[in-house]
Amino acid sequence: MTTYYTKSHEWIRLDGEEATVGITAHASEELGELVFVEAKDEGTEVAAGDTAAVVESVKAASDIYAPVAGTLSGFNTKLSDEPTLVGSDAEGEGWIYKMTVSNPDDLKGLLTAEQYKSL
Amino acid sequence: MSDTLHQTPLHALNLELGAKMVPFAGYEMPIQYKAGLMAEHLHTRSSAGLFDVSHMGQLRIAAKSGDVRDAALALETLIPADYAALGVHRQRYGLLTNDEGGIRDDLMVANMGQDLFVVVNASCKHQDADLIEKALGDRCIVTRHFDRALIALQGPEAQNALTSLCPAAADMKFMDAIETELAGVSVTLSRSGYTGEDGYEIGIAAKDAETVARALLAQPQILPIGLGARDSLRLEAGLCLYGNDIDPTTTPIEASLAWAIQKARREGGSREGGYPGADIVLRQAREGVSRKRVGLMAEGRAPVRAGAKLFADAEGTKEIGVVTSGAFGPTVNAPVAMGYVATEFADVDTALFAELRGKFVPVHVRAMPFVAPGFKR
Repeated sequence: MTTYYTKSHEWIRLDGEEATVGITAHASEELGELVFVEAKDEGTEVAAGDTAAVVESVKAASDIYAPVAGTLSGFNTKLSDEPTLVGSDAEGEGWIYKMTVSNPDDLKGLLTAEQYKSL
Repeated sequence: MSDTLHQTPLHALNLELGAKMVPFAGYEMPIQYKAGLMAEHLHTRSSAGLFDVSHMGQLRIAAKSGDVRDAALALETLIPADYAALGVHRQRYGLLTNDEGGIRDDLMVANMGQDLFVVVNASCKHQDADLIEKALGDRCIVTRHFDRALIALQGPEAQNALTSLCPAAADMKFMDAIETELAGVSVTLSRSGYTGEDGYEIGIAAKDAETVARALLAQPQILPIGLGARDSLRLEAGLCLYGNDIDPTTTPIEASLAWAIQKARREGGSREGGYPGADIVLRQAREGVSRKRVGLMAEGRAPVRAGAKLFADAEGTKEIGVVTSGAFGPTVNAPVAMGYVATEFADVDTALFAELRGKFVPVHVRAMPFVAPGFKR
């Protein structure tokens, strides 16, 4: 499975029709330790660039955007008790939400790992 | 970083320590060091932290008569605190008021025997100095020491860490202020701070600042702490951030800072009133106010932050106040906030609702501070 990235520091990985979305290790480092993570309700339809989730550090709240259009289909409920998972494993256990993607081809317009790294 | 920003005398050291620098009140300031905000906050509460707060303004006010009491009486024409009765080597919090009784700035004033030592907020320091000079210039000499460094050393281990470098520190009580030597350098030392912990604030000539900071950082208990943790620490301690929780539109009574007006300056006191807006502040103290600053705790883990509207009902139809500071409190391990509410909703434990991303989150009015103070009285 290929992981794609956005300029706003989300990653997205497609498995069949469902994609998993999180924030990059770089973004997590910049935000500092998280104290709260919340995604919009399951079933919420989002366009690319819409706010799909929010992460909060001690000092600030940051919106997490939908990399592509689709419908939210799940939240990583582990983060309710353990928001620091995002910091310890941003691109694995610290995933934030799942979505069904309207058009899988949309992912091809996102950044590859190499392109993201070179930002 | 813009070259129009000022740098503190500890700038090079801050960079060496790995600080993340941000613009704040016209200065390039350390928002956090390598440990990060959460760890820095917790370290200050359990051990000791060193803060570069050199952006704050240090002033000296000397009476032309040579009697420091005359300087204190002169300053009382701008501030509703009892400074005439402030003992030598004692410090007291105060509020500069405007003609509407609003707060122009909050500050610390110490009686150093010869003169008054004053510390004001960074963003207000030039206007404060101008105001004081204009109002007191006929009786006093006002000297700006804006180039001096100011280091805060805060936390339960502050005394132990400081005593080896400055034995006099151990004998000081909360809000004592002396001139002494620290690591061979002349400093102005007060036992005070803005974190709710025991600790000290150290005024130092710019050229000596790094010597003092390095000597302190060599102590095993002390880590450098950024302004990010300073903000969450002061919020847990229930202390106001000027510009957020108090400003020219909030009066001392509305801000629940009536304790900063001592008996002599209140109604019936020996020097009642006599400061800008006194008639309004005295009337509010007598008759009450329509809104009050209160502590707030939200249910759940999501912080309710500055600007969030407060409602009496879960549907958000009756707006009764606004949050002025809010964050996640690392020591409390829960969201903490303060804000202004209509007085009938200001009692402790009153249930309210805060608007958060389109939802209405239950919050309760809670007593401040949110953490037990560690002061050495």
